[in-house]
Amino acid sequence: MADPFIIAGRTFTSRLIIGTGKYPSHAIMQAAHEASGADMVTVAVRRVDISRKTESLLDYIDTAKIFLLPNTAACYTADDAIRTARLGREAGMSNWVKLEVIGDEQTLFPDNEGLLEATRVLVKDGFIVLPYTNDDPVMCRKLAEAGAAAVMPLGAPIGSGLGIQNPNNIRIIREQAKVPVIVDAGVGTASDAAVAMELGADGVLMNTAIAGATDPVMMARAMKLAVESGRLAYLAGRIARRSYASASSPLHGIVGS
Amino acid sequence: MTIKLNGDLHDLPAPLSVTALLTQLDIDARRVAVELNLAVVKKAAYDSSIIADGDEVEIVNFVGGG
Repeated sequence: MADPFIIAGRTFTSRLIIGTGKYPSHAIMQAAHEASGADMVTVAVRRVDISRKTESLLDYIDTAKIFLLPNTAACYTADDAIRTARLGREAGMSNWVKLEVIGDEQTLFPDNEGLLEATRVLVKDGFIVLPYTNDDPVMCRKLAEAGAAAVMPLGAPIGSGLGIQNPNNIRIIREQAKVPVIVDAGVGTASDAAVAMELGADGVLMNTAIAGATDPVMMARAMKLAVESGRLAYLAGRIARRSYASASSPLHGIVGS
Repeated sequence: MTIKLNGDLHDLPAPLSVTALLTQLDIDARRVAVELNLAVVKKAAYDSSIIADGDEVEIVNFVGGG
């Protein structure tokens, strides 16, 4: 069954997008990437440490197979996010960005006004913008109208592992959005990823759920299977919920009747 | 001369190109992005972009993140 995952005209084989942060080691990250089947990973843009030679993250990512999605994590204003996006474009030679404009340190919830402003500026500057946003259908619509190539509503706070806190909003966002919907942040375990996909999300982005698991490589495989099974369940069309039983075995020919 | 490099003061004997600075710092130019006085320097312009006294330079690369 052909079910391509297309963002801005680019086709991905996996609907699972994963991060590169917080792994116990680069080698474990590399093995987790392999096990996840992901063909897009997020990376952060930071100052080079001039004082000491450190291993390059890129030595552990096969960029022939895996597409790099630079993020603007830890940017609190539209200007900082725009600046970081432009640096990321030059470092990675691609015009894609996972746009984050953070509004609060404790929750890491997005700043809606800054996010919308940065989206407009970067779209005009030729970027493919994937904004990390609240699970708000109106905000998602505004971002898409501003030219975002996809919208990435959070399932729960970044790194919280709480799972999808507002499934109905995710469903509404999917029903209304004219661009791909990627649930970004909040996944804790495989069933959370499956729920996101069953709600109709086109993809799921996660970092901590895999990197912070006791066995990141095994969890990466679990997430791959969860995203695939959630997607299949969504496409297959689940049965309607009902309050009372509906017998699975025939009611005719019961012995003794 | 003194420049501000990634937020810290850095002494250099004379003005130099972005390429020369990266070489001096032993940084692989293919894996970084450079900002000179808040403007991104395109890789094609590394040879011709000259860093002078008082300039602010940022050199960034990709690190793990989500």
